[in-house]
Amino acid sequence: MTDAFTFQIDGVEVTAQPGQTIMEAADAAGIYIPRLCDHEGLRHQGGCRVCTVKAGGRSVAACTQPAEAALEVENDTEARRRVRRDLVEMLFHGGNHLCPICEKSGNCELQAMAYRLEMTAPTRFPWLEPCRAVDASHPEIALDTNRCISCGRCIRASQDLDGKGVFGYVGRGIHRRVAVNGADLAHTEAAGADLAMGVCPVGCILRKGEGFSVPIGERVFDDGLIGHEIEAKR
Amino acid sequence: MAETRLIEISPVTRVEGHGKVTIHLDAEGRVDEARLHIVEFRGFERFIRGRLMWEVPVIVQRLCGICPVSHHLASAKAMDQIVGVDVLPPTAEKMRRLMHYGQVMQSHVLHFFHLSAPDLLFGFGAPAEKRNIFEVIRENPTLGLRAVQMRKFGQEIIEATAGKKIHGTGAIPGGINRNLPVEVRDRFLGQVEEMLVWAQDALALARGYVESHADMVAGFGTFPSSHMSLVREGDGALDLYHGRLRALDAGGAPIFDMVDYRDYHKHLIEDVRSWSYMKFPFIRALGAEDGWYRVGPLARMNTASFIDTPLANAAHGALRAFSGGLNHSTLANHWARMIEVVHCVEKIRELLQDPDLQGSDLVAKGERRFEGIGVIEAPRGNLIHHYRVDENDQVTFCNLIVSTTHNNEGMNRAVKAVAVQHLSSQPKITEGMLNHVEVAIRAYDPCLSCATHALGQMPLQVEIVDAAGAVIDRAGQCL
Repeated sequence: MTDAFTFQIDGVEVTAQPGQTIMEAADAAGIYIPRLCDHEGLRHQGGCRVCTVKAGGRSVAACTQPAEAALEVENDTEARRRVRRDLVEMLFHGGNHLCPICEKSGNCELQAMAYRLEMTAPTRFPWLEPCRAVDASHPEIALDTNRCISCGRCIRASQDLDGKGVFGYVGRGIHRRVAVNGADLAHTEAAGADLAMGVCPVGCILRKGEGFSVPIGERVFDDGLIGHEIEAKR
Repeated sequence: MAETRLIEISPVTRVEGHGKVTIHLDAEGRVDEARLHIVEFRGFERFIRGRLMWEVPVIVQRLCGICPVSHHLASAKAMDQIVGVDVLPPTAEKMRRLMHYGQVMQSHVLHFFHLSAPDLLFGFGAPAEKRNIFEVIRENPTLGLRAVQMRKFGQEIIEATAGKKIHGTGAIPGGINRNLPVEVRDRFLGQVEEMLVWAQDALALARGYVESHADMVAGFGTFPSSHMSLVREGDGALDLYHGRLRALDAGGAPIFDMVDYRDYHKHLIEDVRSWSYMKFPFIRALGAEDGWYRVGPLARMNTASFIDTPLANAAHGALRAFSGGLNHSTLANHWARMIEVVHCVEKIRELLQDPDLQGSDLVAKGERRFEGIGVIEAPRGNLIHHYRVDENDQVTFCNLIVSTTHNNEGMNRAVKAVAVQHLSSQPKITEGMLNHVEVAIRAYDPCLSCATHALGQMPLQVEIVDAAGAVIDRAGQCL
């Protein structure tokens, strides 16, 4: 451990190993940096920008930015929270996120992030209200892309872990979205056991039949805010 | 030239949802026509299409914030059939029943104390500022506090079985997603005896009102009609959760009996009219003109052979004796409603003592089907949910016949009867007189928001009339 070095997050000294990102070092130190596109076991993407921190005076994605010795990082400040809240609000405005009727409610990272960031009234931006059909063609998996936030987790998992490439991005700019490599999911190599089917942070990729089988009170985020497991390490 | 007049009561207050009444007076001030209009539109039957079948019990309950459990359970019963389950595990059925009894109890209490008690206690023509729950609490704090605490008890039963007091997730296709922990059961057992005493007091209040105002009640929106509800298979007992369809004519003779509710469409048909978003169901065998019927607490008291809990059964007998046969009085609904509150509390007590509620076998599975029909007796009456689902698990068809829809014709007749009785040829129409019309509507405890689904069939018509009332232009569209 001779190469370990330290840097600061919100004034707290954090030890990092060479090659670690700011987020990896923060996680190990019990400091939670909000994130949506990042997921354990997947390569970092830096796409959602919810993990944006200020490091050395620049805004960077904590999930991709390497930690550096003596770096000073702003994470849990009002300015960072405001930026993150704006980003999350825009995700809500860009899709059709009807939490009250979504089976992922209580297990949804987007919803949990909104709670953590105290997003109480997502009405500051225009609603895009996309009209996307549910793809329920596959016998084990249903896709409701109205809820997709284009985090790309499924794309990376399918390509890197499952070796299939079931999912990919199509379109550009505001029109970019996740699509399947076929006429519909049934016409791809997708299988219910694919790791890609278990990484969706929202209610887009759904295992058929699970529905509301987990009662309220036993869902992932019924126990506390998203990130509380990481913070419990401190 | 004497002019015709149009009186509009908008909105109708102390009901769930938004509606209005129009009353047409002729040149002599006599009521020519009176109608209840539903001025909101919901459209769940349409936008549920394409959704995944297991989402349905959670989505459709959003029809309503007062009795979402009814829609939750009716749709779950339909989805049970879709997943091939005809018999639920005992824990699942009893948890659902507990949820339902809690729901009916709290809804009835809300209606009786919060919405109708101001009329019954202060008089239909009392000043408007006095006709509200706050004045009830001011005049009778004990009664008001009980109303709040009884609702709270019912809502907490719902929370314990569905996960939330409003819009929970308990019922899932083929079963339930939770059982009742012993510590929660014991908390309810510690309260249920007091609830039963209070329920009986409320029943005495409602019964006393009808008995002490017998002549007024008999003449207020009373008209013969058919009545329909579920009754328990075999013995015809009151059963709010499950059973078979029974319809009686105004004289008490069966029109149909012990009908499997999955055959509802063989016996009921829905009519559409131009001036309302609500459909008008009628009994197929009797035709559109004569086939209308009523549902709800009073209808259930008329159709049920008996009640399988002792206190409610005695009360049922007393209502029957008072009525001397079927009861057709609009205001007798209040008495019937409080009998059901007693019944629900008795059933809750019975269920709480059943160890099946702590069972762990929660969900059954079966062979997949593509059509499901769930029927339940909601607080306001019979509720039918009918779905078709394709091989991809997506809903392709939905038809909802909601209690208030069943009662559409009955409410309109009550509105007209009371309008004729209290408004015709009056030199001056007062607000108190108009409240009489609302009282008649309230007695049915309508949930207008639940009942408006005629998308694709409902023509919206606009008429432009000149100063003399003659129609000079008419436009229409089909939504």
